[in-house]
Amino acid sequence: MSAAAAKAKRAVRRPVSIASFAQSENVRRDDQHNEVEMLMPVVAEVFANIGITKNDIDFICSGSSDYLIGGPFSFVTALDAVGVWPPMPESHTEMDGAWALYEAWVLLQEGEIDAALVYSFGRSSPGNLNEILALQLDPYYLAPLWPDPVSVAALQARALIDAGKGSEEDFAAIASRSRKDALSNPKAQVAHDIPVETLLRDEYVVSPLRRHTLPPITDGAAAMVLAAGDKAREWSDKPVWITGFDHRIETHSLGGRDLTSSPSTAKAADVAGVADGPIDVAELHAPFAHQEIILKEALGLDDGVTINPSGGALAANPIMSAGLIRIGEAAARIASGQAARAVAHATSGPCLQQNLVCVLEGE
Amino acid sequence: MPESEALHASHVLEYPYSRSVGPVIGAFLTGLRDGRLLGVRGAGGSVIVPPTEYDPATGDDTGELVEVGPGGVVESWAWVPNPLPKHPLARPFAWALIRLDGADTAMLHVVDAGGPDQVATGDRVTVHFRPAGDRIGAMADIEAFVPEGGTA
Repeated sequence: MSAAAAKAKRAVRRPVSIASFAQSENVRRDDQHNEVEMLMPVVAEVFANIGITKNDIDFICSGSSDYLIGGPFSFVTALDAVGVWPPMPESHTEMDGAWALYEAWVLLQEGEIDAALVYSFGRSSPGNLNEILALQLDPYYLAPLWPDPVSVAALQARALIDAGKGSEEDFAAIASRSRKDALSNPKAQVAHDIPVETLLRDEYVVSPLRRHTLPPITDGAAAMVLAAGDKAREWSDKPVWITGFDHRIETHSLGGRDLTSSPSTAKAADVAGVADGPIDVAELHAPFAHQEIILKEALGLDDGVTINPSGGALAANPIMSAGLIRIGEAAARIASGQAARAVAHATSGPCLQQNLVCVLEGE
Repeated sequence: MPESEALHASHVLEYPYSRSVGPVIGAFLTGLRDGRLLGVRGAGGSVIVPPTEYDPATGDDTGELVEVGPGGVVESWAWVPNPLPKHPLARPFAWALIRLDGADTAMLHVVDAGGPDQVATGDRVTVHFRPAGDRIGAMADIEAFVPEGGTA
């Protein structure tokens, strides 16, 4: 394929802007609020930011998982956070809100709607994540052994060390930097300034992963408003545009993948056009510290790129929302003028199995 | 409501279902029951273990079943000092991605080694099945892999 054809293939047909973003406090355990109560202030804030109501949007898409909460069809109940009368076209992905955002973006590309609300929520605290996340694995060969998410990530980290692509010191440095950056993020759950030498005295949870390389267990929610056409200009003086968007997946067979690389991220980055211009900021959804190394390589980011100024998923990892938050955080950097062009990434599945890449640009 | 008054109760949600494992996964699981390890030939002639009905790289149908193992090589591993209740072994063990002899992909299982200094990438291990009468055609029919030349 010629370069021009490749460019045309990934051309965004209709500019869509991130008009507003909001997220809850991210906390270890919120047992004072149900999902609707968690979402209501977030949805209220995402509308109030730009002075609109639900009557100004045309479509709602959410991302969540009933497995976390232990309540069937919890996503239907969650709609009460927005209000369901009069009826409105609505959809749900049993995925991180970043994929709900993708679905809404595709619908906006079709041109039949001009505005959409995307939200996601994850309460990780009620259940046992080690067992719940084992259930996302292959049900014949993997899940019956109950490999927990830390163990599976540790296999990837070991492979990375063996390949000479990273060391335990590198992982600790990523964790140290991320949680130090999180000190300036009022929504962060884990924020502190602890040097690498101290972190390396942590015990192994599953070697080679020490406690500091793991994401926190987080309850949280997030919401975003997307706008196209006149509404994009109406709701913002300086819109943040989505200029590239793609997601790809790899085989569910852990032993059939090279765990030290992320071809699905690289493919999504290519289609989204990450390399078409300089990147100032990257918000990467790397729940385990070592995964930042893999993503940085797959996205082709050099050392000049600021990575996860929010602290990333190591500072707060509300499952099903942490990916959407990456996109919201990247958009915020552009809206504030700190960055002109940013890339945001979301992941799903074990060891970065599925990856979404979103390129954002200001004007 | 003050935080101390939040009520807590345990709640179990289950989605019970049974699965048909089909001609390829079914053959592998039946093989385990019989104490054999099977792979399947993929589109490019590579041998995929554990086997799938399609080649994950191309999506093409896979071909004939071939016997692999019983030995193999550790491609990556992770030491679990404190096993969780549902883990396959109750004592400290290693998860490992094991490329069985004759296979081109690796399979996840556990290695029963004495400590983290007794397992390494590149080590040879061999399968240790449960007694024939205890095998039911499931991954747990393999009790563990053990270091080659070591004691089971």
